[in-house]
Amino acid sequence: MTLRLSSDAMRLVIPALSLTLLLAAVFWLQPRAMSYVGLNLLFNLAVPIALATIAQMLVMAVNDLDLSMGTFVSFIACVTATFLRDAPVTGVLILVGAIATYAGLGVVIHLRNLPSIVVTLGMSFVWGGLGVLLLPAPGGQSPDWVRWLMTVKPPLAPMAIVASIIIAVVAHLVVMRSSLGVLIRGIGGNPRSVERAGWSIVAARGAAYGLAGVFAVLAGIALVGLTTSADANIALRYTLLSIAGVILGGGEFIGGRVSPIGAVIGALTLTLAGSFLSFLRISADWQIGAQGAILIIVLAFRLMLNRVEKREKGR
Amino acid sequence: MTIRKMILASAAIACAAMPFSAFADTSAKKIALSNNYAGNSWRQAMLTSWEKVTGEAVKAGVVAAADAFTTAENQATEQAAQIQNMILQGYDAIVLNAASPTALNGAVKEACDAGITVVSFDGIVTEPCAWRIAVDFKEMGRSQVEYLSKKLPDGGNLLEIRGLAGVFVDDEISAGIHEGVKQFPQFKIVGSVHGDWAQDVAQKAVAGILPSLPDIVGVVTQGGDGYGAAQAIAATDRKMPIIVMGNREDELRWWKEQKDAKGYETMSVSIAPGVSTLAFWVAQQILDGKEVKKDLVVPFLRIDQDNLETNLANTQAGGVANVEYTQQDALKVIESAK
Repeated sequence: MTLRLSSDAMRLVIPALSLTLLLAAVFWLQPRAMSYVGLNLLFNLAVPIALATIAQMLVMAVNDLDLSMGTFVSFIACVTATFLRDAPVTGVLILVGAIATYAGLGVVIHLRNLPSIVVTLGMSFVWGGLGVLLLPAPGGQSPDWVRWLMTVKPPLAPMAIVASIIIAVVAHLVVMRSSLGVLIRGIGGNPRSVERAGWSIVAARGAAYGLAGVFAVLAGIALVGLTTSADANIALRYTLLSIAGVILGGGEFIGGRVSPIGAVIGALTLTLAGSFLSFLRISADWQIGAQGAILIIVLAFRLMLNRVEKREKGR
Repeated sequence: MTIRKMILASAAIACAAMPFSAFADTSAKKIALSNNYAGNSWRQAMLTSWEKVTGEAVKAGVVAAADAFTTAENQATEQAAQIQNMILQGYDAIVLNAASPTALNGAVKEACDAGITVVSFDGIVTEPCAWRIAVDFKEMGRSQVEYLSKKLPDGGNLLEIRGLAGVFVDDEISAGIHEGVKQFPQFKIVGSVHGDWAQDVAQKAVAGILPSLPDIVGVVTQGGDGYGAAQAIAATDRKMPIIVMGNREDELRWWKEQKDAKGYETMSVSIAPGVSTLAFWVAQQILDGKEVKKDLVVPFLRIDQDNLETNLANTQAGGVANVEYTQQDALKVIESAK
């Protein structure tokens, strides 16, 4: 066989294939979805999920796991719907402070050698509490520019598609092409060798968390742009959705093996799976199970592919 | 006959024939129910009522379809996606019990822009383009004190059982009760506990506060807590006060036992889960072209001494007293809002 895909490309094939398959199935079930408006309706709620998935991916790239993603995005949504609209300067300061806190978390986790799961689980209560303090009852309103941004109608492709492509490209450039991205993935793969090469692991880990904070903030803002208001529980599902999105998109829990484009595709696939099941008229009692089944099928494919990959390397 | 007169006459005929013409005009329309939660007896009864009433309506050809969808998880983002899917599926109206009063506004606006009628009930949405069928929870609280004032003209001490802290419904009912106490100053609320709308929680909470209370003549409640309160009070040597019930089957059954044994008198008030069917008929009327005010108020279901037996017989074990609405009921609600 002369045509051989690189392992990175292989990693992308499965998620892309599953997305295409699912999309074809949805179009077949609901031809109305095959239009500018239809695609936007199918995918616009995937945009904040894609951003949160990229954030989770950055944390996972350094071998950590962020269990506070859902509450953090909810908190940011609350800030966006209140301060960012009424007092933009204070709002921006809070957002910058939140990102700095995220970077600080990365530093603390590294210096004290703490398990990230415990630290972020603890922080999830902090973010949740802050969110409730800001908006004890659902409410607030999205700033006009955010609403405009999320409902803009660009020519050729709907906002949801354009935004997904932009997110994928930017994340790809940062993680796969920049020296910081190489460093972050290096920590996940082999921290000792990165350290021996003269890099500061603390700084790199802080940067990874900080970058994750930036993407999570964008996720919160995007979400409010779509819903027009916020509450302290609005994005709780994002914690698990973002982890599932990374894994579905070809990432792995260890070893700095991540794929930004795959992660965005993973987020789109997860969103689409929900719509697919609803178009199939599957009862709610079965939907969570069916969603899980789709995940397992995709992961089973991945496992098979990994085995093929290993066998070829062993040769 | 001038043209003007002819138009007036035909308009009059059209108005007179309204309930009948409704059957023809919406026969091709599809209505969907978007529901965020199905995990308690109230919601289950709500879905069963929907199925029963809309099933008959579809068979009779009033509408083409009336499908019910429940989200897999009780989350606003999930329901927003569900609503967007309904837009794609080409429904003409969406009847909505919302997970959040505001977080669905974006999706609701998308639906309105696509020309879809959105009617929210119980869990209502604030988006101006949608219709709201709200419950007057304040009045529900106030009417309890009013009832007590008729039974006990001399007044006395009251115990208040509240719902789940921090939920909008709890605040509203409680505000109504306090308004009622202001209106009938012979009553005084001497204690207040959170029963979380659950009999076991209410029983524990009431048992905890009872020793510190003076004599009480009445217990004002929010529903789902009356039976627990009765159990807690029965365990002491206090005289049984008038406990306002909340239409749950166990409450009604206890009331019936007491009524048969020693002529115990009270009343029971709550919202019928069948309000989903009222929302269905309102949506159908809007699709039919009827002018309907954006804010409607749903009547609550009150059970009194004389109709206790019939209501208890119609209530499933472990369920909630229910009433299913007809097209005529919907028309009445629409008219009364004008």
